[in-house]
Amino acid sequence: MPLRSLGLRGVAIGYLVVILLGPLSMVFWRTFEHGFGQAWEAISAPGSVHAFELTLIIAAIAVPANTVFGVVCALAVVRGRFRGKGLVNAFVDLPLALSPVVVGLSLFLLYGRGGWFYGLFADHGIQILFALPSMVLATIFVSVPFVAREVVPTLREIGNEQEQAAHTLGASGWQTFWRITLPSIRWAVVYGVVLTTARCLGEFGAVAVVSGHVEGKTETATLRVQDLYENFNLPGAYAISLVLAAMAVIVLVTMTVIRPREEIA
Amino acid sequence: MKRIALAFGTLAAALAVAATAGASGKDTSLSIVAYSTPKTVMGKIVQAWQATPEGQGVSFTQSYGASGDQAKAVAAGLNADVVFLSTGLDVNTLVDAGLVDRNWDKQSYHGIEANTVVVFAVRNGNPKHIKGWSDLVRPGVEVVTPNPFSSGSAKWNILAAYAAQRRLGKTDKQAIAYVQQLFRHVVSQDTSGRNATNTFLAGKGDVLLTYESEALTSRAAGTDIQYVIPRQTMLIELPIAVLKNSKNRDKANQFVRFTKGPVAQRLFGQAGWRPVNPAVAKEFASKYPPRPGIFRIADKYFGGWRAADKRWFDLKSGLMVGIEKKVGGPTGG
Amino acid sequence: MVRLAASAAVSVAVPARERASSALSLGFVTGFLSLIVALPIAALVWASREDGASGFWDAVSSPEGVAALKLTLVMAAVVALVNAVFGTLIAWVLVRDRFRGKSLVNAVIDLPFALPTIVAGLVLVALYGPSSPVGVNVYGTRTAIALALLFVTLPFVVRTVQPVLIELDTEMEEAARSLGAREAAVFRRIVLPNILPGVLSGVTLAFARAIGEIGAVVIISGNLPYRTELSSVFVYNRIQSGDRSGAAAVAVLLLAISFVLLLAVGALRRLATRHDAAA
Repeated sequence: MPLRSLGLRGVAIGYLVVILLGPLSMVFWRTFEHGFGQAWEAISAPGSVHAFELTLIIAAIAVPANTVFGVVCALAVVRGRFRGKGLVNAFVDLPLALSPVVVGLSLFLLYGRGGWFYGLFADHGIQILFALPSMVLATIFVSVPFVAREVVPTLREIGNEQEQAAHTLGASGWQTFWRITLPSIRWAVVYGVVLTTARCLGEFGAVAVVSGHVEGKTETATLRVQDLYENFNLPGAYAISLVLAAMAVIVLVTMTVIRPREEIA
Repeated sequence: MKRIALAFGTLAAALAVAATAGASGKDTSLSIVAYSTPKTVMGKIVQAWQATPEGQGVSFTQSYGASGDQAKAVAAGLNADVVFLSTGLDVNTLVDAGLVDRNWDKQSYHGIEANTVVVFAVRNGNPKHIKGWSDLVRPGVEVVTPNPFSSGSAKWNILAAYAAQRRLGKTDKQAIAYVQQLFRHVVSQDTSGRNATNTFLAGKGDVLLTYESEALTSRAAGTDIQYVIPRQTMLIELPIAVLKNSKNRDKANQFVRFTKGPVAQRLFGQAGWRPVNPAVAKEFASKYPPRPGIFRIADKYFGGWRAADKRWFDLKSGLMVGIEKKVGGPTGG
Repeated sequence: MVRLAASAAVSVAVPARERASSALSLGFVTGFLSLIVALPIAALVWASREDGASGFWDAVSSPEGVAALKLTLVMAAVVALVNAVFGTLIAWVLVRDRFRGKSLVNAVIDLPFALPTIVAGLVLVALYGPSSPVGVNVYGTRTAIALALLFVTLPFVVRTVQPVLIELDTEMEEAARSLGAREAAVFRRIVLPNILPGVLSGVTLAFARAIGEIGAVVIISGNLPYRTELSSVFVYNRIQSGDRSGAAAVAVLLLAISFVLLLAVGALRRLATRHDAAA
């Protein structure tokens, strides 16, 4: 595709170097500055392994939840007929505007001692705060809009004539969705899932507040990073972050590879 | 899409199984919730106690984080038998929540587990020759200290600064003026002590207000940090308390008693804290130079944590609010 | 396959089955949003009322808080705009251009999300702070805040524009070019209207995130009250000082302002799409 000049590419790369690639190389450098030993020790310690497991468990719940929500929400907002679409849209983006501490605070207000639902759960011996449920809730909260925001513009862009054609040919709603709608938004869903997963892997602030920092039980990988940071083990902290980054890249590559293929012009 | 969902589901299930597989089956379990710095030393103390007849068979869950956050978490329902925090203020939060006895500070050693002091961390070789509080307000000296509103432990720094001036004979008004002058030299207001240390190590500022225990533990972790103990400084007393609703109160009390005994106190001394146990403190006298006339939060200048906190750090009428406005506000700075 | 931009819906009678499933999906959406989003926000609003109207007013009108609020809104707007331009540019280069290392660049775009914000903060101060290996020291300045916010919002516009660009058929552009239109005109008249909804989507996300960010900024900005202290840090300080209701009040105010701005951008987005459909 003809580009105006190499200049555009240069500007883009230049911006990326300053904003992104520079800091990323720094992470690499800081991890291995003193050799592989400290980095490997930090990654393979039992506490870290558990932390990675916990992060993956949370992501395995939060990502599908937000993906399903995102696709349904996008369809409702673009194709549905109801008033207040603007409100729904704004509401979906709103969670991002809360700083993580405030997210944590709101969960304390709901599920902590003296909170709205504390009695309800405590009476049945269910722990929400300082256990997996609140950590999942916090993670879902901070990554709610991504899939929806990705899919909405694409849905608008492609229009719905194919779906309508399918309808008149007798296809059921479900068939239409799987065979026609979903493939047409596949790239949007791919990037939405990639963003959501990356966000879930890297979520720190809100989960930190509701986790209770219980060693070996409620420490996610990002909390482990903080733990190592607090104990002046910076190479270890960076090493764990690199693993998280690698996981995100793996997710991107996997999603890009397994989506149904089609020739792009 | 279906395949992905299936894969995720299996992975989640497998990991859930793996995660719960490590559940221990010991008899009693104690939960410690503490601030971040003592993580390593507490780990050692726990192990030492588990080797004694009293502590045998007792399993521990441990949680380490910022003192204020930990107190709030316990108040919100985080399971804890013993809390070890960095200010009496945070323990009072739990008293107010009905979780700790009002007389926690009447226990042995006033409810204190270990002590430390405010120190000045300086650059290699101390190029600006910073020795005392008056050096901090010399022209061109840049000071790093965390924001007292976001870091409970940072409050110690400010109270120490004030108390030092009173010790030097200044009046209350003059001492407050000193603190204001000090804040004109403050170049960063990090949200935690650890962040402030990081800022200093990243090259900002000529002096960092921190604690002896932080400096020593960071040194033990390989950081090259030098510090000076000013003549007039404050005794930072780190409180420990057993929770009223602890399910294993007796065991918890036994554990706390152990932590104030010679074995544990020696471990504290080796790790960078000043032991509260007088006999052990004597053993470490050369490592921790004494500071005669050192102030305590209970002294008349402060009247205890509640009074000091209200006077200095009340969000509307606290002295620090006025000082920050004068130093940085639209009409100040 | 030719896809026309946002075609106007062909008038078709809506069958009952479709109406039922659309009601179901709307129910699911509102249910999910209520449980996950609305409930926590409601709890915050409730907490902000604890000290009554005067308490709320005291908390939001504190001079330091107001300064933080202004700074936050300005920085978020600046960052959103910069992202709109550069994000689109990067998406364009990633989709339309070909160069060695492109897949690598594409793969790392999302990393600002995957990296815990502490690490982002640490490397930013290491790279652009007092000990900068490249001689750039912006510690304690608003530029530092902008850098940190640009880092954490980078993926947004790029990733919302990319899928649209990928699906965008190039026939119209080629036709325009063959008719003699210059590149700038091709972009402005043909490409931009189609990617604008994607850009605006990403911009709203970037704006919202910039308002709520704390971890990446908190180290390099210095958090100096009245100068480089953002609302997120101000609210954090309030919580740490035990003033829950005051913190909630400021958070709620910030939320309300964000909500209004999000609604405004959403309206702008709808306007842009409708205009395009009519063209």
